[in-house]
Amino acid sequence: MISPATWTTRHLQALVAALGRLLRRPLGALLTTLVIAVALALPAGLWLLVQNARSATGDLATAVQVSAFLKVGTSVERAQELATTVRGQPGIATVTLITAEQGLKEFRERSDFGKALDALESNPLPHTLVIQPTTVQRDAAALERLRGTLAGWPEVEIVQADTEWAQRLAALLAVLRTLFLASAVLFGLGVLAVIGNTTRVEIAARLPEIAVTKLVGGSDAFIRRPFLYSGLFQGLLGGLLAVGLLAALLAALEAPVARLVSLYGGQFRLAGLAGEETLVLVLAGTLLGLVGAWVGAARQIARISPQP
Amino acid sequence: MIRFDRVSKRYPNGRDALREVSLQVEPGEFVFLTGRSGAGKSSILKLVGLLERPTRGTVTVNGQDTASLPARAIPAYRRRLGMVFQDHQLLMDRPVYDNVALPLVVADAPFRDIDKRVRAALDQVGLLEQVRALPSELSVGEQQRVGIARAVVGKPVVLIADEPTGNLDRGLALDVMRLFRRFQEVGVTVVVATHDLSLVEEFGQRSIHIDDGKVSA
Repeated sequence: MISPATWTTRHLQALVAALGRLLRRPLGALLTTLVIAVALALPAGLWLLVQNARSATGDLATAVQVSAFLKVGTSVERAQELATTVRGQPGIATVTLITAEQGLKEFRERSDFGKALDALESNPLPHTLVIQPTTVQRDAAALERLRGTLAGWPEVEIVQADTEWAQRLAALLAVLRTLFLASAVLFGLGVLAVIGNTTRVEIAARLPEIAVTKLVGGSDAFIRRPFLYSGLFQGLLGGLLAVGLLAALLAALEAPVARLVSLYGGQFRLAGLAGEETLVLVLAGTLLGLVGAWVGAARQIARISPQP
Repeated sequence: MIRFDRVSKRYPNGRDALREVSLQVEPGEFVFLTGRSGAGKSSILKLVGLLERPTRGTVTVNGQDTASLPARAIPAYRRRLGMVFQDHQLLMDRPVYDNVALPLVVADAPFRDIDKRVRAALDQVGLLEQVRALPSELSVGEQQRVGIARAVVGKPVVLIADEPTGNLDRGLALDVMRLFRRFQEVGVTVVVATHDLSLVEEFGQRSIHIDDGKVSA
């Protein structure tokens, strides 16, 4: 039975041997690591794109809303009663009443038509109910039902449920999410293939050494160990490099995006990977490296038979 | 210790290397396998070392029917054997010390034991001063002795050697044989395949003659 100290030392030896071999062929190791980093950075970048697009366009919960414009002449009291009635409906999150006076005041403040508005004899704006459905009521059919209900009330002039753009955006984000998942799987397979092939090439280069090791009683697990560490280490480095590549990309995009956002008067700022996302990316690289090396090493080492 | 019972070996190219071979080597015995090149001596050693499997028959080593050993048990089986080859099978980019230590490293032996036993094995073959040398810096005879040190460092119960003196001059060949004799004297079963009959005569041990894949009388 092997002692824990010997076991630990053997693994440390295998780790150091794997690192040594990587350092002895720095260019090859660097290129492999770079390929892994790019393969990891692409889906991670797509993930950031989705997250930032969601952030930039605001939460879809606030984007999907229904406006009911009441007929001019409807009293504020009646408008308040209608607002209360709507609040009592199922699937309604919030109802905000914007009275004609509030609407005019806002319009005056936000536009340059102050003097023109002063010339008006009466306020042409209607009272407006701004209704936000709950999450479950946000699908097209539910919104259509709500629109129909409101439009049937005699005090309501027009119901505007301009949700098409939000739905299109949601659909686009869903496409991007699917694209992210597909690319994560594809590039993950790519990382497996790269590390698996690198491991196979390395094993082929060390056939005589492996044969001798088997000859003196080395098990497949013993022979495999440094290759697994090599794959694990390259995956780890690839993950870290992918984080660096994404950070560099975001840094390069920050100023142009800020300029674009300022032109639209927005407050949006590009967000990078969160702490746990960074951890997941690095762990994914490490795991893929380990599995890739295993796939590349296991069968090939098992097939090598020592021949004196 | 080693028992072949009606063992045949046919290689994938159709060549019959062994035909119905039966032989027995007792524990602690020193036996020569003799015969010309291609007679089947190496095949017998390969079957003992589980580098090949018999086509028919039973090979028993240390009471263990080798056919019943699963693939995962082979490394541990080989660690109980010492094997010496004509071409040494050394790692040419590793120092002598690492070459000799390899069987102990793969067996996960503790470091203190490894150092002690590697130095003892190298001392036995007279190469203690060469621990840091690369095999390529040694003579052919010294390389062979490194191979022998590696074979005995794990204290095997059986030592098999395939033409261990094939590349050595007479003096070195005798030195190697004396080494083997010393291992036999401490209880190791030694089987040496050689075509050098003068060596066999000089050492006077039992020999088993192989001819065309058969044991000849």
